[in-house]
Amino acid sequence: MRSALIWVPSLTLVVLTIFPYLWIFLTSIKPEAELWSPDFHYLPQRITLENYVQLLTSTPIARYFVNSTIVASLSTVLALAVAVSAAYSFSRFRFWGRNFLMTLFLVIPMFPTVLILIPLFVIMRNLHLLGSYVALLIAYTTFVIPFSVWMLTGFFAAFPVDLEEAGMVDGCSRLGAVFRILVPMALPGIIATGIYIFIVAWNEFLFALMFTAANTRTLPVGLYSFIGEYDVHWGLLTATGMVVTIPVVILFFLVQGHLIRGLTAGAIKG
Amino acid sequence: MLAGAGLGSKWYRFRRHSTPYILVVPALLVVAVTVFYPIMWAVSLSVHKYVLYEPKDTPFIGLANFRQAFADPVFWISIKHTGIWVTLIVSGQLLIGFAAAILLNENFRGRGVVRSLILIPWITPSILAAFMWRWMYNVNYGVINRALVDLGILSHHVGFLSQADLALYAVIVVIIWAGAPFFALMLLAAMQAIPEDLYEAARVDGASAFRRLMHVTIPLIAPTIAVTSLLRIIWVANYVDILFVMTHGGPGYASMTLPVYVFIKAQSALDMGYSSAMALILGIILISIVLIYLSALKKLEINTR
Repeated sequence: MRSALIWVPSLTLVVLTIFPYLWIFLTSIKPEAELWSPDFHYLPQRITLENYVQLLTSTPIARYFVNSTIVASLSTVLALAVAVSAAYSFSRFRFWGRNFLMTLFLVIPMFPTVLILIPLFVIMRNLHLLGSYVALLIAYTTFVIPFSVWMLTGFFAAFPVDLEEAGMVDGCSRLGAVFRILVPMALPGIIATGIYIFIVAWNEFLFALMFTAANTRTLPVGLYSFIGEYDVHWGLLTATGMVVTIPVVILFFLVQGHLIRGLTAGAIKG
Repeated sequence: MLAGAGLGSKWYRFRRHSTPYILVVPALLVVAVTVFYPIMWAVSLSVHKYVLYEPKDTPFIGLANFRQAFADPVFWISIKHTGIWVTLIVSGQLLIGFAAAILLNENFRGRGVVRSLILIPWITPSILAAFMWRWMYNVNYGVINRALVDLGILSHHVGFLSQADLALYAVIVVIIWAGAPFFALMLLAAMQAIPEDLYEAARVDGASAFRRLMHVTIPLIAPTIAVTSLLRIIWVANYVDILFVMTHGGPGYASMTLPVYVFIKAQSALDMGYSSAMALILGIILISIVLIYLSALKKLEINTR
């Protein structure tokens, strides 16, 4: 009785969540004719990879993939460097203005996206940065800094400061103590934060739509552009969807334990 | 403090006191350049005529952009839709997320797998979520129409995204689907932080599962519910991506919300002055809602710290 009370809703929850992915996967391996056939089948009558072949051979998907990888990787490195530094400060020092600054980082994500996007577009345009990776890099680094700082502060605060102080007594500089003692201990948390940043940058659409040109388009913008160029060629679109999503799903499952702990730290403290 | 303690020089003390600030400066600088500076720009844009294809003609026009908004019927329609949008999405996500969190708070085999699987929508690119639901909602070939007809729930196919009375609600379902798991995760974390002895004590007092939920679980996770809901309200009220890709605010203006209208005015009409003015109005409305919400929490004595 109890097990049915758990399994039935759990299964419903999982099916409702996962079904759309299953459906685009099935669509991506159906021949185009089958998609538009009045004779409807849930499962493919014939399995084909033609959508994937067409995607790889006749679209600039490889270019978009490279662009996304560059933008997401650079954003991760840049944002992580800045956020680790700020989080170290918040977790290891008690200083005047600390609470104000931490609250500031909490409030920033509340500003309307469009309120920042529009003037930033005009600014980037005036600086002739539209169409370059730089515009996106700056935007994404800002997006993820507030949350990353909070997440990393939580991770760092979990480690006692004694070990670093012992290290400094033994002749380490402060920087040495951070890199030889704190960073190795907190590495899982830092990696989880880095992957969070990577995923956010990989998935972002609105800024990328406004800031990229044909040769710097990221995957989400590329996917969006297919709708015009290839009309509604759902086989191709769903195949693209699979290619865009699979890397982030893999990354997510690699670090999900740490990531979930970092994300929910605020909820527990609350 | 240790290596240089003997020096006691002014320079050393300065370095010690300035270290935490120096470490925060890069993060602060990035944020200042890309958040506060643009917002100042937005204020300036909002009082100018600033249409990108007329770059030479950008006179100061005072509050004309704001007056234009108040006289624009689409602006009011968008505000109404934003209200419906936020209310339905946040309450839908809260209800489903809460139910899912109660479920996942039970100990059962495979719980970790369920928890991970339901988070996949959270890491899905918004553009993909928009496309996959557009395809599933398709009038003639979409799986939702087919399945509902096969199950006998519908007698004929429905244009979920093309009918003016359905489009907004069809997209609302998508956002609830995408956001409920994350809500569940937050509430679950709060539930798991409740000490087991509180439940034990309630059991000893003979409290039923329902009473334990009402008198132990809910009061203790109330702060998390309050804060998560507030963050969601703000996030959902600002949200553009999926709605923009699925309907462009259409058919007509049937699913237009204020942020989508602002974005379309900027992206296709290139009217940066007008859209900045509306974005500022959106920001002011949101700040007011946050303040009202926080003062209501104070009255209810829900401590958010």
